[in-house]
Amino acid sequence: MKVGIPRALLYYKYFPLWNTFFSELGAEVVLSPQTNKRILNLGTEAAENEVCLPVKVFYGHTLSLKDKVDALFVPRIVSVEGGAYTCPKFLGLPDMIRALDVDLPQIISPTINLKLGWREFYRSIYELGGYFTKNFFKITLAFHKGLNDLRSFKHLTQNGCLLNEALTGRFSPVPKGPLRIGVVGHPYNIFDSYVSMNLIERLQKKDIKVLTAEMVSPEIIDEIVSNLQKKLFWTYEKDVVGAVFHWLDTRAVDGIIYVLSFACGPDSLIQILIEHEAKEKGFSVPIMPIVIDEHSGEAGLVTRLEAFTDMISRKAVKEKS
Amino acid sequence: MKITFPHMGNLDIILSDLFTRLDVNFVLPPKTTTKAINLGVKYAPEFACFPLKVTIGNLIEGLEAGADAVVMVGGIGPCRFGFYAEIQNKILHDMGYDFEMITLEPPMADIKDFAGKCKKIASKKTLWQILQAVRIVWKKAVAIDEVEREVLKWRAFEKNPRDTTVAHKKGLAALKDAITPCEIKKAKEKALSLVNEVEKDLCRCPLKIGIVGEFYALLEPYVNFDIEGYLGQKGIYLERAVYLTDWIGPSKKNSVMGTDSDELAKAAKPYLSHFVGGEGQTTVGHVVKFAEEGFDGVIQLLPFTCMPEIIAKSVLPKVRKELDIPVLTLIIDEQTGRAGVITRLEAFIDLLWNRRKKKLLAVG
Repeated sequence: MKVGIPRALLYYKYFPLWNTFFSELGAEVVLSPQTNKRILNLGTEAAENEVCLPVKVFYGHTLSLKDKVDALFVPRIVSVEGGAYTCPKFLGLPDMIRALDVDLPQIISPTINLKLGWREFYRSIYELGGYFTKNFFKITLAFHKGLNDLRSFKHLTQNGCLLNEALTGRFSPVPKGPLRIGVVGHPYNIFDSYVSMNLIERLQKKDIKVLTAEMVSPEIIDEIVSNLQKKLFWTYEKDVVGAVFHWLDTRAVDGIIYVLSFACGPDSLIQILIEHEAKEKGFSVPIMPIVIDEHSGEAGLVTRLEAFTDMISRKAVKEKS
Repeated sequence: MKITFPHMGNLDIILSDLFTRLDVNFVLPPKTTTKAINLGVKYAPEFACFPLKVTIGNLIEGLEAGADAVVMVGGIGPCRFGFYAEIQNKILHDMGYDFEMITLEPPMADIKDFAGKCKKIASKKTLWQILQAVRIVWKKAVAIDEVEREVLKWRAFEKNPRDTTVAHKKGLAALKDAITPCEIKKAKEKALSLVNEVEKDLCRCPLKIGIVGEFYALLEPYVNFDIEGYLGQKGIYLERAVYLTDWIGPSKKNSVMGTDSDELAKAAKPYLSHFVGGEGQTTVGHVVKFAEEGFDGVIQLLPFTCMPEIIAKSVLPKVRKELDIPVLTLIIDEQTGRAGVITRLEAFIDLLWNRRKKKLLAVG
């Protein structure tokens, strides 16, 4: 059986787990190609106008896979930890895909909801494995192999390896320059080089070291967000807030670029938290928000990056002298 | 401590009554107008959902009027609404206002915290007294909603335009002044009979439209351009999906509409099988129900960037196709103009009349 995994959204978080799990169960995993113009167009044409860019990209990847596979993997990730949700769009994603006006292959959409506890979680894992085999032990083994691979993937990213490099195994030379810029936002925006218009590569080419939220350990993030006045109920936004606050506290970066997708619900509010914190504590670390959508042009990004990095390097020189 | 709070439909009537009973010092911000919206738009993040912008405007006006505390409702996600209070707190403090934010988190999440906050707001009363006051005010809220539901249905039949609206206003005024449970009951009966007594033309066979969508956009007439009033006067029978008591009510059962949320979830299941925060799933459920009940069409109100409603909107084409019911989605934010909304409503009404004619011809 050929299972298609769209290279979008939570692919950037959990691909090693799913890949190993499906392969171990004897399925052939088909990954959609890197985002390109055709995929983006497929997505924007199929989606309602108001849907956010990452979901439109996901639509595009799903549609580009539909004729090449026997089944599409579109999980419903409701909650990946006890007290929090993912974004509402992840809760409705399989239904949104099913509502598309095209013929789709079978859609495999397990519901992952850790709010309901581990028992329910394992039940959905067995249900998912049941698509491929009835062998209980095989499923267990495959899942734990998958978890192992996910762990080593996370280990890589936490030790300073960029997420896309850890996923693809293609490493670029480490920049040697003195400047460090923290890039935060959703991994599916930052590490999709078509969507982010090669943001990270552009910084690296300027010999700037790029830090991302994946490099901050979950323990630190948890500790920081537990000090917030109100508990954040979105898991993936916690990473953004935690990383930014941590960098501000430790002065680990010379500047922060916050990548938001246009009309992203959680991002719009998190931005206020970050700006408020920076202002409150009187930090001098410059923060630049970059809002991307399907109409974003490369020239605008290049100009803004140029201005931002120039400003940061001038500031760094001034502080040193 | 002088408390203020944002507007939402008739919420001000209900909270003013509650605070008066509890001896709480409060200021009511001026009703939502363009001024409040402009203030909110100026200080809220650009693509925050529209209700956040408007309520920030309300709160600024409330604080300007002398309040030094804000009461807001919290939440545990996944919809952004749960984070409103926190964001409002940060924005307003960054603007330089000195006040205390009292966020009422859902009692299910932390009952002790909830009780503590109630005690803080009504410091002169015991928890028991607060509970009694809430009970009475709740009755009033239910009465207000019941009257409103009748108004929506009967406005389509009025002989003289605006008669029902006038009766509704009189009825609300009577309800506003009612204090004891007995008086509330009487006021409700009076309000209902006022609406009933409006001269009617019962020979009409009006279009039936259901209104669904995000609760704030449904409940705040200034924000939705009072489309209910507009459609009613065009002679359209209306039913709305969400009432104030559905929103403030502690029970899962929907007291006014008579359908509980489990039933709506079941209706929505073939199209949206999981809750997605806010009204996303109930919106779909209501559209299915309205289709089954033979409504001519449905209007969905969607504040720009509202996540749950966008999910609903994304699956509605399938509902529309399979159940053969026209759905008009109106996206509302500060850029939306009344003229544009009216034009689209008129086109929608024309479409519905044409469909009805065709159906009648086919039958007969």
